[in-house]
Amino acid sequence: MGMTITEKIFARAAGKTSVKAGDIVNAKIDGVMCHDVTTPSGVSKLKEYGLDKVFDNEKIYVTPDHFQPAKDIKSAELHKRLVAWVKEKNIKYFYPLGKAGVCHALLPEQGHVRPGEVIVGGDSHTCTYGAFGCFSSGIGSTDLAAAIATGELWFKVPASMKFTLNGSLPKGVYSKDIVLEVIRRIGTDGALYKAIEYVGPTIKELSMEARMTITNMAIEAGGKNAIIACDETTEEYLKGRLKGRQDWDVFQSDPDAEYVHEDTIDCSTLEPLVALPNLPSNGTPIGECAGLEMDQCYIGSCTNGRIEDFRLAAEVMKGKEVAIRTIIVPATPGIWKQCQDEGLFDIFYSAGCVISAPTCGACLGGFMGVLGSGEKCISSTNRNFVGRMGDPTSEVFLANPATAAASAVEGKLADPRKYL
Amino acid sequence: MAKAHVYKRDHVNTDEIIPARYLNTDDPVELATHCMEDLDTEFVGKCGEGDVIVCGDDFGCGSSREHAVWAIQGAKVGAVIAHSFARIFYRNCINCGFYPIELHGALDKINDGDELEIDYKDGTIDNKTQGAKIEFTPLPDFALEIVNDGGLLPHIKKKNA
Repeated sequence: MGMTITEKIFARAAGKTSVKAGDIVNAKIDGVMCHDVTTPSGVSKLKEYGLDKVFDNEKIYVTPDHFQPAKDIKSAELHKRLVAWVKEKNIKYFYPLGKAGVCHALLPEQGHVRPGEVIVGGDSHTCTYGAFGCFSSGIGSTDLAAAIATGELWFKVPASMKFTLNGSLPKGVYSKDIVLEVIRRIGTDGALYKAIEYVGPTIKELSMEARMTITNMAIEAGGKNAIIACDETTEEYLKGRLKGRQDWDVFQSDPDAEYVHEDTIDCSTLEPLVALPNLPSNGTPIGECAGLEMDQCYIGSCTNGRIEDFRLAAEVMKGKEVAIRTIIVPATPGIWKQCQDEGLFDIFYSAGCVISAPTCGACLGGFMGVLGSGEKCISSTNRNFVGRMGDPTSEVFLANPATAAASAVEGKLADPRKYL
Repeated sequence: MAKAHVYKRDHVNTDEIIPARYLNTDDPVELATHCMEDLDTEFVGKCGEGDVIVCGDDFGCGSSREHAVWAIQGAKVGAVIAHSFARIFYRNCINCGFYPIELHGALDKINDGDELEIDYKDGTIDNKTQGAKIEFTPLPDFALEIVNDGGLLPHIKKKNA
């Protein structure tokens, strides 16, 4: 029996010739992502148990992002603990304020994600890096601490699901709509404990940014990881960007690899989708929900806060004014600068948007755009759970950045296709 | 005796268990005061020491925040019984030495307010109110060992000793 790409990565990381779904393996970790909310507790626990060390100070990547810049005294204290630990352990790759960005946009941009690696992070959207043909998955503070100290973790090798993407995306439809369609089909626990592997001709047409949107939301279907095999687009992105080792391992699934679920999506038939409250699986074609009044628009996050997303939003908003509060949050300083250089900020300013520093911010109801009772927000983010962006009675509608921008212009859910 | 607090819900997520607005601290005592706040604002007031939360599918979905487990442990909740658990939450429970009880059909077998006695060794729940013994699948041995050691870090420390 052949192996999937995920199984091959685990076989390599566990030093075995082969593994299969369900095997418990001890895997060597190639990279650990650390941020301000989950890391300070993890490293405090290491001290508490006398395990206070780092396995490799060049394989731990640290950026504050959730409450960055510090939103209040308590989060400032979390940042102080994070920085003190970074200094004490001489962590090589630390991104302080000014360099800090939303972790899952920052790590690939800064060249810390390599195909074939096993990367873990103290954040559920760590699955994003699977766009590069590596295994990556989110873990809690204790696992994070163990990974930092020992450089290895136990894993149950996940069974894989395969989605074949066919056809070209029509106007106004983007990779966000593909992943919302996947979650709509299988539900928020449809991929529980499983790997989601994406294959098919449509992938060639997707940039790395667009691919990251798809792998980012694997967790919204309960997935352990999502993965897209490395190709020319991946290699092009990595060139001149990688820090440290310049080569990588390319794995492909065997033709006779085993999948527990297979499905095909004809991308040419998709429409812009809006995931209605309170589950990401509530994807609804814009035609069926257009007109619903909104109070706020939020464009940013590890899902859709990259340069392509702001180009889209700017294309929709150019020469227009927004009808509701609209918050633009470039995910990294690099993206922020690119938005500025390309003149996108002029468009957003003229449209009446506010432009934020890079932060996770209000995506998780932290700050910079928290919702009041009963308010509705159209958002390019990833979760629309009860109270996700603020008061428990507020509501979040998830969509692609063009749909979010069109809805900002009209003040209600709107079809982006008439603006493109 | 542990009392059951039943929520007939699937997908109870980490934002409901501990909203992100409280993630600026990792103090379990403080987190405990907000445990389950966006699901039931009265939960903390009515939860006695050792009481049990009972839910449907996919409990703990969403964020990787271990704060959700710390809040539940801090609130002195004895156990969480659910039809199924989200992956990261399940793993966080084991890592914190907290036993997640997976029990299909739990919502049909346990009513709100039922008095329960849990035997982790035998994998049984004695529903005293209904006079019924319910079996659940115990944790696999390696996970049980971590839980019995008090969590992953004490487990690693013990192995290194």
